Amino acid sequence: MSTPLVELSGVKKSFGPVDVLKGIDLKIYAGKVTALVGDNGAGKSTLIKGLSGVQPYDEGVVKFAGEEVNITTARQSGAMGIEVVYQDLALCENLDIVQNMFLGREEISQLTLDESSMEAQASRALQSLSVKTVKSVRQKVSSLSGGQRQTVAIARSVLRDAKVVILDEPTAALGVAQTEQVLNLVRRLADSGVAVLMISHNLVDVFQVADDIAVLYLGTMVAQLEAKDTNHNDVIGYITGLKKL
Amino acid sequence: MSDVVPIKTGHEGSTADQFKAYFSRLRAGEMGAVPAVGAMLVLLGLFGTLSPYFLTTINIANLFVQSATLMTMTAALVFVILIGEIDLSAGVTAGTGMAVFVKLNQTMPDLWLANLAFAFLIGLAVGWLVGFFVAKIGVPSFVISLALYLALPGVMLIILGEGGVLRVEVPEIKAIMNQNLPVWSGWAMLGVCLVVTFAMAMWDRTRRIKAGLAVRPMALLWIKIAALAAVGGGVVQLLSVSRSLNPLNPIQGVPLVMPLAIFILFACTFLLDRTRFGRHLFAVGGNPEAARRAGIKVANIRITAFIITSTLAMISGVFNISRIGNVESSAGKAIVLSAVAAAVVGGVSLFGGRGRIAHAALGAFVIAMIDNGLGLLGIPAGVNFMVTGGVLAIAATVDALARKRSGASLTRS
Repeated sequence: MSTPLVELSGVKKSFGPVDVLKGIDLKIYAGKVTALVGDNGAGKSTLIKGLSGVQPYDEGVVKFAGEEVNITTARQSGAMGIEVVYQDLALCENLDIVQNMFLGREEISQLTLDESSMEAQASRALQSLSVKTVKSVRQKVSSLSGGQRQTVAIARSVLRDAKVVILDEPTAALGVAQTEQVLNLVRRLADSGVAVLMISHNLVDVFQVADDIAVLYLGTMVAQLEAKDTNHNDVIGYITGLKKL
Repeated sequence: MSDVVPIKTGHEGSTADQFKAYFSRLRAGEMGAVPAVGAMLVLLGLFGTLSPYFLTTINIANLFVQSATLMTMTAALVFVILIGEIDLSAGVTAGTGMAVFVKLNQTMPDLWLANLAFAFLIGLAVGWLVGFFVAKIGVPSFVISLALYLALPGVMLIILGEGGVLRVEVPEIKAIMNQNLPVWSGWAMLGVCLVVTFAMAMWDRTRRIKAGLAVRPMALLWIKIAALAAVGGGVVQLLSVSRSLNPLNPIQGVPLVMPLAIFILFACTFLLDRTRFGRHLFAVGGNPEAARRAGIKVANIRITAFIITSTLAMISGVFNISRIGNVESSAGKAIVLSAVAAAVVGGVSLFGGRGRIAHAALGAFVIAMIDNGLGLLGIPAGVNFMVTGGVLAIAATVDALARKRSGASLTRS
């Protein structure tokens, strides 16, 4: 197999006396969806917070595109092309899709906001993900459904030329049809060459979309498997700690 | 991708489609200026029938002059209301600045421009102070601005001395509300407004065409320009006729304050709609956490909003002393509450993130009309206050119901 885009080895993090991550190894590949599963308290959130620079790891080696890096701020991870789509999405409901996608990095020309350039780019980003459910890119986010909002949040990371997109429970609050749409979107995102790390509690979703499955159990990585080599029951076994490699 | 489906932008379709889209937005609860315009027409009919003086040219000219002060104060407050905050001290800050201004003029009348600049610096400083307490320390804006609302009239009383009133002696300041432009320059002003509106629309249009985006039909722009020309032309025509009772001493022309007020409204709109700061202001009002994560320096935006509010309020203060000719220690206490009412009538959401300067200005005009109309009818001031309060309650209710209908959440998430 080719070199992973992101490789963690021996990553540790503790909060006072509590060891949350006890030496994690994880490989994330470009063009693949890696699902990160595990029960509550397994350390999933801590793992992604370290990768996004919000809460740096205490120990361990992080390699990005084969080179060792030290990520300590969110700005740094953003500059490297690591984007996190959090569960609450962080969208402004009073702004429209274009405005949200360019929030904080608005383009200026002729001394004013370059609305047309931003609109064209936002439109292209959505089209590149074959998004068809959005009626207008000038719709306010308040009028969008949960799935459409998730779409906007993911498309925003595409717009930023993300190389790694970390999705925190992208389907948690969605209905059946919208879950399907978002999962298709996740698949297309990976197919376009992005490395996707998806946190999920829903194994049906995981098996539908993931290439690799990484299982955390109480701060240790109990298994990283290819999805085609494993099955539902085994993964549940790893998650609950009943089964070990 | 093989199956590329272009996503619409709201600019597609014929003129008829555009009108249809507008009405469907109205039905969905995006009322925009409709409530304020509706209220304006109702009041126009009501006072026009009840009072023989209401529709006289002299009263209409008066109404424009009277409303300029409130309009400016409302535009000022919009900046903090958009971020979901309030600045009750904006009025008394303006009053304090003006008290300092007239006091300094007593000893240094020749330096009145420098004194005026100093008053604006006071506005800036007070705005920064309120913003600092809100954004950095975390004191609710209602509380910190209420503290200043209580304290600053005291400062004014000390500055103004025993009598509590000082006259404005600067002719240039008095001219703002009491002089009129020559008739021809009223028409020139209208021409400039039309040309600027047209030029800005064409500027946007060219940029969209360059980016390969859909553009609205030209007909729509012509309709907009024609409507503006008709309304503006009517107003200028009305103000060009002499409104004096004495034919030997004609009073005619657009009041001097009108181009100033229009320029302020235009500048505020430009700042909010076309600059990065304006966009960030709306973002902070809509979802501060999302703004923060997008890399926006939320505290700086908040402080800047308070500074803009206080500084613009100072302009409103200048208009106010120009009209009444003196500064009293209670200056600015009443107007700030009317301005909040005006903003809400104009559809600016007190929850933050929604509202437009032009609509807020219409709201201010409505409140000014109530004040003016009830005054002409000889109705006691007490009733005036009650009616203004009632209008505010109705406007806030309409706003809340419209929001419910559009499915937007009422809470500040």
